[in-house]
Amino acid sequence: MDNREILVDIKNLRTFFYTEDGVVPAVDGIDLTIHRGEVVGLVGESGCGKSVTALSIMRLIANPPGKIVGGEIFFHGEDLLKKSDDQMRLIRGDKISMIFQEPMTSLNPVYTIGDQISEAITLHQKIDSAEAKKRTIDMLHLVGIPEPERRFSQYPHEMSGGMRQRVMIAMALSCNPELLISDEATTALDVTIQAQILDLMRGLQKKLGMAVLIITHNLAVVAEMAETINIAYAGKIVESATAKEIFKSPRHDQRAIASHRGHGPVPLSHAQRLPF
Amino acid sequence: MKEYTANEELKLREAPTETYVSNILRRLRRNRMGMLGLAMVFVVLVAVIFAGPLSFGKSPYAMLSPADLKPGQTTPEFMTPNRDHILGTDELGRDAWSRLLYGGRVSLLIGVVASLTSIFLGTFVGLVSGFYGGWFDNLIMRFTDTMMSIPTLPLMVVLAAVLKGGVLNLILILVVFGWMGDARLVRGVTLSLREQEYIEAARAVGASPWRIMFRHLLPNTAAPIIVSFSMSISSLIIYEASLSYLGLGIPQPTPSWGNMLYNAQNYIFSAPQLVWFPGLAIFFTSLGFNFFGDGLRDALDPKLKL
Repeated sequence: MDNREILVDIKNLRTFFYTEDGVVPAVDGIDLTIHRGEVVGLVGESGCGKSVTALSIMRLIANPPGKIVGGEIFFHGEDLLKKSDDQMRLIRGDKISMIFQEPMTSLNPVYTIGDQISEAITLHQKIDSAEAKKRTIDMLHLVGIPEPERRFSQYPHEMSGGMRQRVMIAMALSCNPELLISDEATTALDVTIQAQILDLMRGLQKKLGMAVLIITHNLAVVAEMAETINIAYAGKIVESATAKEIFKSPRHDQRAIASHRGHGPVPLSHAQRLPF
Repeated sequence: MKEYTANEELKLREAPTETYVSNILRRLRRNRMGMLGLAMVFVVLVAVIFAGPLSFGKSPYAMLSPADLKPGQTTPEFMTPNRDHILGTDELGRDAWSRLLYGGRVSLLIGVVASLTSIFLGTFVGLVSGFYGGWFDNLIMRFTDTMMSIPTLPLMVVLAAVLKGGVLNLILILVVFGWMGDARLVRGVTLSLREQEYIEAARAVGASPWRIMFRHLLPNTAAPIIVSFSMSISSLIIYEASLSYLGLGIPQPTPSWGNMLYNAQNYIFSAPQLVWFPGLAIFFTSLGFNFFGDGLRDALDPKLKL
């Protein structure tokens, strides 16, 4: 149905956590395909393995207690699970980047935001600090932060949650990634800011053309953003279809549960009508 | 609430926001005991740095010969405080004031250098151990526990006897038995910090483990490290004094507060001033560092509103 090049192809991914009370199969055979430039949603209740899937793609599962026990994650046809730590480090933040849930704590309090974005750039590109600074200010401008020159030398505590999430997005996009993973990126924000951030992400996705994997428990968010939606339950994908199909003919109880979970943000642009 | 005019509001907005450091300095300045401690430390530092001019050109090593005696003075030894020798002279006729100043140099040098080195070592061990965790952390921490459960003083006595005295050897001994507390402290802070989201975010942009440890974790552990540094100086000065008091510290004729006490103990009743002044110097200095350390801790603790 999609003739774009396949960017990420996850096959039978299994990530387990070994705890004192036994083995927890957080991700137990997930299959997921992301095409180049595609926006894919991964939805499910708390603990269904969404975030673990994202961290598995980044190879950021803390070991111990977690371990990727099986499966393959092809990125450009190469299995990420076979890469060395050093190779993975070059991919993280450059080809694949990630935005986290808590903008309030995702920035290091002892460095200015300019320092932190520049660091992300200089880790992957051989450019001098003056050029990195210019690039950083461009990025801050891109994510809609007013007076980026002044903001460059401000500390995280001087910014609001929405501003910090913009900074996180700027940092994630600073090396022009091919895949952006957004792990509950708007959950901690209040609804108006949530709508702004979603709007920003959609705008940037169109502009930069990267693929986006949106992880959320909020169906309204994916309905707004995603072309394809995958619904996870207990470590497996139970339903995968285009956004329209999913909302027209639900096939799994899980989604009925999820759809009752409060209303999402009111999108700035008009949302498509959902059947609930 | 006060109403602001447009101009005032503009000014407010343009007012420079307080930086982390200036905030801490302001909080420190409000702490009376902390400032008192700082003043005491400052006095001691000035005294030992300017030991030369302050001792009026009297060498801490020169023994007064009977030929130099002024009328009215009977012996060059055990002089009570007088115009020429403000603290009198010791059992060999050396100027006690000069020895106190130069001895302070040695004691303080040992305190500061040993404390700094232990902090470096302890921080490194704690950071690596806390960051990597798992069996590695277990191994390192059990080793630390082992080191901590060694009765330090007897072993120090043995080591000091084997290695002979001397500033460098003494520092070495103090560091070998002094880094564990800092290692535990830093490990504890690292354990809680490494779960912070900004560490995960640093990983997600592709930072290497060493970069995360030394660029992202280390600055965040600075507050407890600084406090521990200022506190440990005083305890190390006391340790130096104890070792010297047992006759195992700095060998004569180099003066240190500890060995001045050790020499004076035989004359404690006949010439008590020789005991009083080095003792008071140790007391004054360690009290100063402790007050200052306490003040610094309060200033660095964001949970305390000062």
